[in-house]
Amino acid sequence: MTGTEVQLANQIGRSGLEAGHVGRKRWRELSARSVTSSVRVQRPTEKSRTRANMPAVSKGDGMRGLAVFISDIRNCKSKEAEIKRINKELANIRSKFKGDKALDGYSKKKYVCKLLFIFLLGHDIDFGHMEAVNLLSSNKYTEKQIGYLFISVLVNSNSELIRLINNAIKNDLSSRNPTFMCLALHCIANVGSREMAEAFAGEIPRILVAGDTMDSVKQSAALCLLRLYKTSPDLVLMGEWTSRVVHLLNDQHMGVVTAAISLITCLSQKNPDEFKTCVSLAVSRLSRIVSSASTDLQDYTYYFVPAPWLSCKLLRLLQCYPPPEDGAVKGRLVECLETILNKAQEPPKSKKVQHSNAKNAILFEAISLIIHYDSEPNLLVRACNQLGQFLQHRETNLRYLALESMCTLASSEFSHEAVKTHIETVINALKTERDVSVRQRAADLLYAMCDRSNAKQIVAEMLSYLETADYSIREEMVLKVAILAEKYAVDYSWYVDTILNLIRIAGDYVSEEVWYRVIQIVINRDDVQGYAAKTVFEALQAPACHENMVKVGGYILGEFGNLIAGDPRSSPLVQFNLLHSKFHLCSVPTRALLLSAYIKFINLFPETKSTIQEVLRSDSQIRNSDVELQQRAVEYLKLSSIASTDVLATVLEEMPPFPERESSILAKLKKKKGPGAVSVNELEEGKREGGELNGGGERGDNSAISTPSPSADLLGLRTGPPVTAAAPSAGSLLVDVFSEAGPFFILFILLFVCKNNGVLFENQLLQIGIKSEYRQNLGRMYLFYGNKTSVQFITFTTTVTLEPLIEGGAQVQQVINIECLTDFSDAPLLNIKFRYGGALQNLTLKLPVTINKFFQPTEMASHDFFQRWKQLSLPQQEAQKIFKANHAMDTEVLKAKLLGLGMALLENVDPNPENFVCAGVIQTKAQQVGSLLRLEPNAQAQMYRLTVRSSKDTVSKRLCELLAEQF
Amino acid sequence: MIGGLFIYNHKGEVLISRVYRDDIGRNAVDAFRVNVIHARQQVRSPVTNIARTSFFHVKRSNIWLAAVTKQNVNAAMVFEFLYKMCDVMTAYFGKISEENIKNNFVLIYELLDEILDFGYPQNSETGALKTFITQQGIKGQPQTKEEQSQITSQVTGQIGWRREGIKYRRNELFLDVLESVNLLMSPQGQVLSAHVSGRVVMKSYLSGMPECKFGMNDKIVIDKQGKGGTTDEPGKSELGGSGKQSIAIDDCTFHQCVRLSKFDSERSISFIPPDGEYELMRYRTTKDIILPFRVIPLVREVGRTKLEVKVVIKSNFKPSLLAQKIEVRIPTPLNTSGVQVICMKGKAKYKASENAIVWKIKRMAGMKESQISAEIELLPTNDKKKWARPPISMNFEVPFAPSGLKVRYLKVFESKLNYSDHDVIKWVRYIGRSGIYETRC
Repeated sequence: MTGTEVQLANQIGRSGLEAGHVGRKRWRELSARSVTSSVRVQRPTEKSRTRANMPAVSKGDGMRGLAVFISDIRNCKSKEAEIKRINKELANIRSKFKGDKALDGYSKKKYVCKLLFIFLLGHDIDFGHMEAVNLLSSNKYTEKQIGYLFISVLVNSNSELIRLINNAIKNDLSSRNPTFMCLALHCIANVGSREMAEAFAGEIPRILVAGDTMDSVKQSAALCLLRLYKTSPDLVLMGEWTSRVVHLLNDQHMGVVTAAISLITCLSQKNPDEFKTCVSLAVSRLSRIVSSASTDLQDYTYYFVPAPWLSCKLLRLLQCYPPPEDGAVKGRLVECLETILNKAQEPPKSKKVQHSNAKNAILFEAISLIIHYDSEPNLLVRACNQLGQFLQHRETNLRYLALESMCTLASSEFSHEAVKTHIETVINALKTERDVSVRQRAADLLYAMCDRSNAKQIVAEMLSYLETADYSIREEMVLKVAILAEKYAVDYSWYVDTILNLIRIAGDYVSEEVWYRVIQIVINRDDVQGYAAKTVFEALQAPACHENMVKVGGYILGEFGNLIAGDPRSSPLVQFNLLHSKFHLCSVPTRALLLSAYIKFINLFPETKSTIQEVLRSDSQIRNSDVELQQRAVEYLKLSSIASTDVLATVLEEMPPFPERESSILAKLKKKKGPGAVSVNELEEGKREGGELNGGGERGDNSAISTPSPSADLLGLRTGPPVTAAAPSAGSLLVDVFSEAGPFFILFILLFVCKNNGVLFENQLLQIGIKSEYRQNLGRMYLFYGNKTSVQFITFTTTVTLEPLIEGGAQVQQVINIECLTDFSDAPLLNIKFRYGGALQNLTLKLPVTINKFFQPTEMASHDFFQRWKQLSLPQQEAQKIFKANHAMDTEVLKAKLLGLGMALLENVDPNPENFVCAGVIQTKAQQVGSLLRLEPNAQAQMYRLTVRSSKDTVSKRLCELLAEQF
Repeated sequence: MIGGLFIYNHKGEVLISRVYRDDIGRNAVDAFRVNVIHARQQVRSPVTNIARTSFFHVKRSNIWLAAVTKQNVNAAMVFEFLYKMCDVMTAYFGKISEENIKNNFVLIYELLDEILDFGYPQNSETGALKTFITQQGIKGQPQTKEEQSQITSQVTGQIGWRREGIKYRRNELFLDVLESVNLLMSPQGQVLSAHVSGRVVMKSYLSGMPECKFGMNDKIVIDKQGKGGTTDEPGKSELGGSGKQSIAIDDCTFHQCVRLSKFDSERSISFIPPDGEYELMRYRTTKDIILPFRVIPLVREVGRTKLEVKVVIKSNFKPSLLAQKIEVRIPTPLNTSGVQVICMKGKAKYKASENAIVWKIKRMAGMKESQISAEIELLPTNDKKKWARPPISMNFEVPFAPSGLKVRYLKVFESKLNYSDHDVIKWVRYIGRSGIYETRC
C-alpha cells in the first residue's frame, strides 16, 4: 500500500514520500528484496528519466482538486476535522457520480484518485468501482493508470465487475501498446487472485516467449507469471513453454534475464527436473558477468560491480541443483566462484558503501553455493578464510553474516577444522559484541564448532556468557549448554558440575528436561553418584538457590545421601535440615518431591525417622490444602510407622537405572555425523530419520511399558507425560533432542542384525529371549517368555502385527514361522498383553526380523565380483554411506559381524587388503535379490565407507541403513 | 495516589509535566503519547494501563490532561480531581487552550504545587486559591502580617473555602438550577430510557460568615413534613399550587461546605457558602421527567435510490414558556448523493461533512408543533450492508427544570453582622438543556 501511495503522491507531484526500508539492511536483502523493486533499482537511468518527465506530464494533467484535498487533509488539526472533511468530499463525489451529465475522463480520474486516497487513509469505500472500470477503457495513459491503480488496491471478488475488468485487461494485453500491456500485467500481478489466474494463466506465457514482445513487457510478464504461480500453482502450467522460458536466460536484455531468473528459480524449486537445462545456461551467464570488466554492462553496473542482482539470483538458482555433472560446466563454475573469491581480496574500487554492499552480496551468495555443494574442500577452506577476515570487520552487518555463514560451514567435514581456528575471535565476539543478534549468531557458531577437543572451553565460555546474556536467548543458550555438556562429557563429574552451574546461573531458563536428564545420568552412573551428592549438598548451602536446584538436590540426596553421610559436616540430620529449610519457599510439585525425598531419608538413615515423622505429622503437611501433598504426607507417615524396616527397604529401594532411551537421537547423530557437526537443523533431521527408521508407528508407545514397581514412580518421575509435550514452552527445536519416544526399540533390534540369539526385552517383570534360524526365504523364531516375579501372569496373550509382506503362522507363545514374500524395511510388531496383579500390561516390541536374515551367501572369484559390481551400476541400485566408527576397528570383529550378516565374505577380491567385500542373495518368495557389499575402513579418520549394490533399490538402501549402525 | 500530571496538546507535545512521585519516570510521558494520543485505533477508555502504570485522561477541546499513577488509586477521585483542575484553570485564565496554557505555565505549575501535595489532592477551591495564588504575580501592595496569618489559618482550618472578614454593601445571591435531560425513545414513542442530571450552582456575595439553609421539593423531606403535620415552612403554600408536589432524587453529591452529618440525620442542607461562584450540589432523577419535546419520525424507502423522511416535533410545556436554540439532527445514509428539504419553520440544511440534515429553530413556544420533510437521493453501491438508521437527535434549551425540581427556600443567617434573611437579595433561575436526546427512526 505504501507503494501505491508513493505512486499517488508522485502523480500529484510530491516525490518526497519514498518508502524507506525499515529495520536493518543486510547484504542479503539486496537480493532478497521484492523482485519489482530490484528491477526498478537496477535501471537507475530509466527511473530517473521517468522522474524527470513527471512534472512535464503532470503539468497538463496535474489534478489541482486532488492536491487541494490532500493538503486540506494534512492540515486537519484533529481526527474529527479530518473525518468531517472526508465526509464532505465523499458527499461531493457521490453527487458528481450521481449527476445526470456524464463526467469527462479528467474529472472521473480526479474523483477516483480522491476515493483511492480516502481509502488509503483507512476509510471504507463502497462506490466508484464502476467509474474506475470505465477509466480502464480510456486511451490516455494517466487515466488508465489511475483506473488500474484503483482496481488493484480496491478490487474484491465481485463477479460482474471482475468480468468487466478482465475484459479491459484482455483488450490491453492484445493491444500492441507496450505501456498498456505493462499496466495490465502489473494489475494482474498486484491482484493475483484466482479469477485472474484462471483468466490469464494461459495468455501470459505466450507474451513472455513471443519473439516480438518488447523487453519491458517481457520483464513484467515474467514477474506477473511468477506472482500467479505463487498464488495458484495448479493453474500455471508451463509444459510446452518450459524450454523457451529457460532460454530467456540467454536474452540480450539484462532486465529480462533478471526478471526471468526469479520465475525460473521459483519454478525449478517445485519441479527441478524439467528445468535442469537452466544450470549450464546459468553458469555460462554467470561466468560472462563475472569475467566482464566493470564497464561492459553499462546500465547494469552498480557502483563498479557488474549486475550484482543478477549474479546473486544466478547463484541462488544454482543452489537449487546439485553440482553439475558435466565436467566442463563444473570447471567453469568453479572458476567463477574462484574469481568471486579473488575479487573479494582486491582493494575496493570505490569507498561508497553501495560498492562493498553489492560486492559482498555476491560473495555471500557464492559462499552459500559453495556450502551447498559441499564438495570442493579447496573452495570451502578459502570461503572460511574469507569469512574469518570479515569476523573482525568493523561493519556489524558483515560480522553477523560471517558468523551466520560460518555456522553452516562448520557442519561441513571439509571446513570444520578451518572454522575451529577462529574460536578465539568468536568467543571474543560473544563477549564484546554490542548487538544482541550478532552475539546470538556467535553463540550459534560456538555451538556448531564444538567438538570433543574444545567442548570444555566452549561450554565454560557459554556458561560465563550466560550470566550477562540477553534474556531473549537465555533459554536457547541453556539448552545448548546442556546438550553440549552431555554430548561431549568425557568425565561425568564435569557434566554434573556444568549442569549444576547452569541451574545456579540461569535457573529460570532451565527446562524440566535438563534436570531430568542430569538425574537420569547420575542414577545410571555409579561412579558419579557420590560426587554428585557432595556437589549438590554444597550447592544447596547457598542462601538463595533456584527451585530447580532444590529439585535436583532433593532427588539426589534422597537417593544417594548415604554416600556423603559419613562426613559430620553432611550428616543425615544436616542434610535433612538443609533440604527442609528450602521447603517453604518452593512450589507444590517441588514440595511433593521433597516429601518423597524425606521418606527415602527414613529408609537411608533410621536415626532421622522421628524428626521426619514430626515434620510429616505437622498440620501444614498432613492437613495441607493441596490434595497431592496431603496424600503424600499421610501415606508416608503411615508407611514409616507401620512398615517394618525390611518392607521399607524394599519399597524405597534405590531407583533402578533408567533405560537409555533419551540419548538415542544424540547417539545416532554422533554415529552419523561425527562430533561437532550438529546444527539445529541437523538435529531436526536426525529426529526425522529416527522416526522413519521406526516406521513412525511406535512413537510414544513406550509409555505402555509401565513400571509397576511402587518405588519407581514414587518421585513422580514416571515417564508419564512424554517430554516432547513440554517442548512448546521452550519454544525451540532443541528440546526435541530429549524426545524419549521410539528409538528405544532400535537399539534392541539393531543388536540382532548380526546375530540370531539373545535377549529381546527385559524389565522388572518379564524377560523375552529369542532364538531364530533362517533358511532361504523361511525362518523360525522361538520366543521365550520368562516371568521374573513370584506372581502369576494371567491372560497372557501375544499377537504379531503383520506387515502384508511377511506371513507369520504364529504358534501360541513359542514358535513363529516366518516366510519372506518380498523385500521389506519395517520389522513386524509383537504385541504382548497380560495381567499382572490386576493391572493390565501392554507391551509392543519389534521382532528382530530384518531383510538380511534371508541372505544366502554366494562365493565368487574376483573378476566375477567386479563384473557383477559393474552390472549393478544404475545410480538407484547403489546405496552409499560414510560414517564414523562407533567401535574399535578390529579386523576380526568386523569379519565376524559381516559373517553374521549372512553374506559370504570374499577374501582376496579387493585389491586393497583393508577393504571387505561380500556377496549374497536375498531369498524371498517372489524373487531373489542379489546383493554386493563393499566396506572400506579408514583407520586414520576412524571412518567407514559402505557401499551396497543390489538389483533392487529398496534393498540396497535398507541394507545400508541397517549396516551403518553396526560398526 | 497520583504520581504525576501531564498536559499535552493535540499533537502530543507535552505542555506541562509535573511529577509528584519517584515511581513515575520520564518515559511515562512518552508512553501515554505513543499509546493513547498517537494510537492507531482511537482510545476510548479514559483509563489506560501501560506497563503497570495507569493513565487517567480527560480531554478539553484539543488539550489532553493525564494523571499518572502506579498505585491502585480510586479512579473516581482522580477524575474528580482532573475536572476540578479544569475548573480551576478555567477560573484563572478562561478557556483551556494550548495558547492559554503556554501563556500561563508558571501559574499552572504554581497551582499544581498547591492543589496536589505528594500526589494527594489538597484545597482546590478556586475562591480560596485566588487569595494566595494571583495571576499577576505579587500583589500591588504587600500583604499585611495579619492577612498572611489569616491565609495559613484559613487553608489549614476547618473552613478552608471561605476567609473571614468579607464585606459587601449589598448582600446578594444567585441560584441557578441547571439540568440536562437525556432520552432515548422508540419510533413508536415509547420511552426506552430517560434521566435528568442536574446541578445547583450558586453565586454568593454575602458578608461575614453566614450560615445558609437550602430547601427543595425533595420527596423524602416533603413526606416527612406531611406526616409531622405541623409546619411553618414558608414555601409550603406555594408548592400546594403546582401540579407536582415533590420529586424523587436518585442520588446527589454536595460541595464540601455542606454539613453531611446534618443531611444524613435531618436531610436538611445547611452550609457556610464559599465566596463567589460554586456548585452547591449535583443530582440525578429518573422518575416523572417532563420531556420538553416529542419527535415523531417517518422514514420511507422508495426503491434503492430514494429515501423520504418526515419529522414532526411537538413542544410539550406551558404555552407561556419559550424554548430556545432548538436543533434537530437527522442522520442521512452514507451513500447520499443529494438532498431536498422543505420545512415550515426555522432553517434546515444538509451537512455533508456530518452526514446529517441539521434543522435549526431559534424559538418555539409550548404546545406547538412543526414539521420538516426531506427527499434524499441515494447512490447505488455494491455494498450489501443495510443502512443502520442511527437515531434522530435534538438540542434545545428550556426555562424550567425537566425533573420538576423547585427551590423552596434559601435562608441566610448571620449572627455577628446585623443583616437578616430578608435583607438578602435572592435570584433563582431554572435552565433545562438537552443532553443526549434521541429518537430512533
